[in-house]
Amino acid sequence: MSGYWKDVFGGTKSLAVGLGITIKAFFQPVVTLQYPHESLKMTPRFRGHIDLVKDEETGESKCIVCGMCQKACPSGCITVDGEKPEGAKKKVLTKYTLDFTKCSLCGLCVESCKPEAITFSKDYNLAGPRKEAYIFDLKKRLEERS
Amino acid sequence: MAILVQLIISLVVVIAFIALNAAFLVWLERKGAGHFQRRIGPKEVGPFGLLQTVVDGIKLMSKQLFVPDHVDPILFRVAPLLILIPAVMSFVTIPFSDFLVARNLNYGLLMIFAFASVNVLGLLIGGWGSANKYAVISAARAVSQNVAYEIPMLITVITVVMMTHTLDLTEIVRQQAGGFWNWNILPLGRNPLMAVIMPISFLIFFTCSLAETNRAPFDMAEAESELIAGAYTEYPGMGFGVFFMGEYANIIVGCALSTILFLGGWQCPFGLFPGVHWFLIKLYLLIFTVIWIRWTYPRTTIYGLLNLSWKVLIPFSLFNLLLTGAFLKVF
Repeated sequence: MSGYWKDVFGGTKSLAVGLGITIKAFFQPVVTLQYPHESLKMTPRFRGHIDLVKDEETGESKCIVCGMCQKACPSGCITVDGEKPEGAKKKVLTKYTLDFTKCSLCGLCVESCKPEAITFSKDYNLAGPRKEAYIFDLKKRLEERS
Repeated sequence: MAILVQLIISLVVVIAFIALNAAFLVWLERKGAGHFQRRIGPKEVGPFGLLQTVVDGIKLMSKQLFVPDHVDPILFRVAPLLILIPAVMSFVTIPFSDFLVARNLNYGLLMIFAFASVNVLGLLIGGWGSANKYAVISAARAVSQNVAYEIPMLITVITVVMMTHTLDLTEIVRQQAGGFWNWNILPLGRNPLMAVIMPISFLIFFTCSLAETNRAPFDMAEAESELIAGAYTEYPGMGFGVFFMGEYANIIVGCALSTILFLGGWQCPFGLFPGVHWFLIKLYLLIFTVIWIRWTYPRTTIYGLLNLSWKVLIPFSLFNLLLTGAFLKVF
């Protein structure tokens, strides 16, 4: 019989304690992020797809069109092309595309880049209606940013 | 003629009240669930997400009323109505205030319990008619649960009736006038000895009304992790919608009965300005408690559920009945 009464009173008490805990949670502020309306700032080490770095002095890309990233990429996602304008000393970047459908975010391109012209972007809202939406024109992205 | 007009008006008002309340309670439930889990809940459609259930209702109504093969065509269609109609009938005699009652019956309490037991028949018919194994298991569970919890519920109601000497709901509330010390939950002002047992009666009654309306933690009939949606599994669109509406209507009936029998109905706690507002305040506080309980406790097992009824609630309510008889006879 003692077990029975212990069950009844102990059970009732534990139920009341449970109700107390939830009602406290009810009046505490919400902890969820209202995602489409607000989003978190990504941490510095977050690896998004790669992006070109802007040279603060010229406002152009830092890329010297050496093609190291293209060679380093194990999946062959990167296509770089450049040209040497008349009278210029260095090559100028004309095309930088990333085929993100194949990219595995290994970061070898970022490591291989001597002038540190590419970096990981913090972009994670990457929904697209078709495959072609994931072939990024990074030069265009850079121009849009500036 | 006047009676007919009154009847039609009250029927329309009752059905409108049930439909609006079902929409509002679904919203309240989701909002409450959100905040108990420290989320916000619905917030996009309308102010504070208030129109969310309206939009959901439109979605349900626009769906095809598909009747699967192998179901019993009549029972399948009848079941949702069998859940809703008893709830609507119960509203006929529930007094919202001294004069705000569709039809006051001097055996109102008896009528409500008569109709409340039809509720389980709806679940049984829906489950059986669906010809679905989950639905049949759900129906069997619902029946065993309702049989088990109807007994302690009725016994506690008898203690109230013994104290008030009436089955008339309006009269029961009238007797609780004055202040909260006259309410049946703690009738210190009327019969101090009864104040010892009435709180227990209230707890038993409230627990049983949770189980009768298939609410968590007693929602064995609709244990979605085990039985998909229980008896509602095969119902598309508004068939499911009517079930849902009936479920919420039954919650309102259960909470309204608790308010009337134990918490003084439309009476003010301090004897000031009694009226329909007090009834609604108490009703919605109780409904909030129901939601609060749902989002606090995990679902019990079917054995735990039946054990609670047969080993705890029924002995306690019988003991209550015995003590009530003794107290009323001796003192």
